[in-house]
Amino acid sequence: MPNVLAFAEQRDGKLRRASLEVMTAARTVADALGGEVHALLIAPRNTAAMAADLGRYGADKVLAGESAALAQYVPEAYARAVADAAGAGYHTVFFPASPMGKDLAPRVAVRLDAALASDVTAVGVESGELVVTRPIYGGRIFATVTVEGACRIVSLRPNVVRAAESAKAGTLQPLALPAEAGRTKVRELKAAGGAKLDVAEAPIVVSGGRGMKAPENWSMLEELAAALGGSCALGASRAVVDAGWRPHSEQVGQTGKTVSPQLYVAVGISGAMQHLAGMRSAKTIVAINKDADAPIFKVADFGIVGDAMEVVPRLTAELKKPR
Amino acid sequence: MKTYVCIKRVPDTESRLKVGADGKSIDGAGLKYIISPYDEYALETALRQKESAGAGEVIVISVGEATSGEQLRNALAMGADGAVLLRGQPTMDGLATARALAAELKSAGAELVLCGMKAADDEQQEVGPMLAELLDLPCVTGVAELEVQGGSIVCQREVEGGTEVVEAPLPAVVTITKGKFEPRYPSLKGIMAAKKKPLEEKDAQLPAGRIQVRQLTPPPERPAGRIVGQGVDAVPELVRVLREEAKVI
Ligand SMILES: Cc1cc2nc3c(=O)[nH]c(=O)nc-3n(C[C@H](O)[C@H](O)[C@H](O)COP(=O)(O)OP(=O)(O)OC[C@H]3O[C@@H](n4cnc5c(N)ncnc54)[C@H](O)[C@@H]3O)c2cc1C
Ligand SMILES: Nc1ncnc2c1ncn2[C@@H]1O[C@H](COP(=O)(O)O)[C@@H](O)[C@H]1O
Repeated sequence: MPNVLAFAEQRDGKLRRASLEVMTAARTVADALGGEVHALLIAPRNTAAMAADLGRYGADKVLAGESAALAQYVPEAYARAVADAAGAGYHTVFFPASPMGKDLAPRVAVRLDAALASDVTAVGVESGELVVTRPIYGGRIFATVTVEGACRIVSLRPNVVRAAESAKAGTLQPLALPAEAGRTKVRELKAAGGAKLDVAEAPIVVSGGRGMKAPENWSMLEELAAALGGSCALGASRAVVDAGWRPHSEQVGQTGKTVSPQLYVAVGISGAMQHLAGMRSAKTIVAINKDADAPIFKVADFGIVGDAMEVVPRLTAELKKPR
Repeated sequence: MKTYVCIKRVPDTESRLKVGADGKSIDGAGLKYIISPYDEYALETALRQKESAGAGEVIVISVGEATSGEQLRNALAMGADGAVLLRGQPTMDGLATARALAAELKSAGAELVLCGMKAADDEQQEVGPMLAELLDLPCVTGVAELEVQGGSIVCQREVEGGTEVVEAPLPAVVTITKGKFEPRYPSLKGIMAAKKKPLEEKDAQLPAGRIQVRQLTPPPERPAGRIVGQGVDAVPELVRVLREEAKVI
């Protein structure tokens, strides 16, 4: 039975957007194979409501485990739970290529003895074979690859597949969760403050570079991000991360995160090749830079040549104007 | 403490890449190769740990063709004590690579195994946690800072919205991202000393990869963009095009 399993990531009892995108990709593969999509959900509560949403986005069945102990991601316990459920024999197992998915998928791959194609941007089936696209070498090359074996694992880059409703039964089936806690222990979580949404997952990213002049000026970018809506994250160039202005978790590029948002706003960023590596697959790129010859304008869809210190506050004000 | 650092030979991240005549591989002609950047951070982490402990051994290991010896020698020049080259054709299937590494490491007596968080060529971000599973060791990924405390490691890892402090018992596998320290350059003395350090070569126990490349292509071209205008006066037009043309806000 060529069924497909999709890991649905949640936070605080709410499905993450990337999980719905994964459902849509899983649906594409299952429909081509004539099989079903089963979603796998681990959550502290609220599984029934989330299962209904997963059904609306294409899950024939939802395997759901409720556990307060597994409210946060516990690597070894999650790996065991997913591998046990997937052991029933699936054609393909999907994960979102979120920070959690990237940690979890390789562990499950070993337990299922399955090859894993990470961070894919397109999926398809050709004469029964799973064919996926993977940007490699910092997005400078796109690889079309086949994934072989009895079971295959794919993690899907956030924001590249548009989640589409496709109502299916979404039958809830309780899932027994392992009791093991795993060998790694989280001692402490130091909140960095600011946006909780990872830059790699956000549909809108406002990114600042050395042209922002000083770390205090980031309040301008925070205000712009807020004006762009709740699903906006902040990004940064390596120059400002190296200067200690921003944490490395916000760095976009070759040695930072790869992002594919709907909208990427680059402010005071020159557009070095290693920065482009991380963001050139954004749907729409906006650049604000005082140098009309900055390389960022070569990849930007829309640009303003001007001083960020003036343009950014004006842009924030314009976005806040009632329409 | 005996630490293994897994390093991969990759084309310099600044190089212009060309797809080879077969359409499935990168044309290596004229390319400069380096140690994958995160692997250099991993090596730096291992060397600093050894220096602060005042004792220990750092071994670098790579799965690759004979040419990977160049990167292993560079790692020796940076300060690694020994190197192992597992000869085999690199594959995009990280599980095959992890199996080759695990076959060598399972009886090597490693207390700590460091990998880069992701390799700069295939970017699978999978070999580290796979290796940990194969060796049945705990694994912490995406670690920026690491400290050994008795029989455990305490790792600072980047997570959404902050830094997580994670403790794991040794032996363990850790994947390293950029932290506080830049990788060191080999000194002249280091380069001379590297020539006398051991570089062991053997055939990799590398299973056939199950990810097959059909085609490599350059990324789709971005259509030429446009400068909406100069300075603050251009802002209303920018907002209009984002709303009405691009429809992204
Ligand atoms: C191995 C390696 C890996 C790397 N990885 C990364 C990576 O992951 N991510 C990354 O970003 N970089 C990376 N880099 C570094 C990269 O090469 C560049 O040095 C870096 O991206 C430059 O950052 P920047 O654009 O902020 O600074 P700059 O290049 O200094 O550019 C600043 C820009 O701001 C503009 N500006 C100045 N003042 C204003 C103003 N008032 N208003 C508007 N614009 C203004 C300037 O015209 C200029 O274009 C890497 C380099 C190497 C060698
Ligand atoms: N061929 C290889 N030889 C040695 N180590 C490797 C090899 N491939 C990957 N690694 C290690 O695994 C990390 C992650 O690689 P990847 O999963 O391909 O992104 C790299 O940064 C290396 O530390």
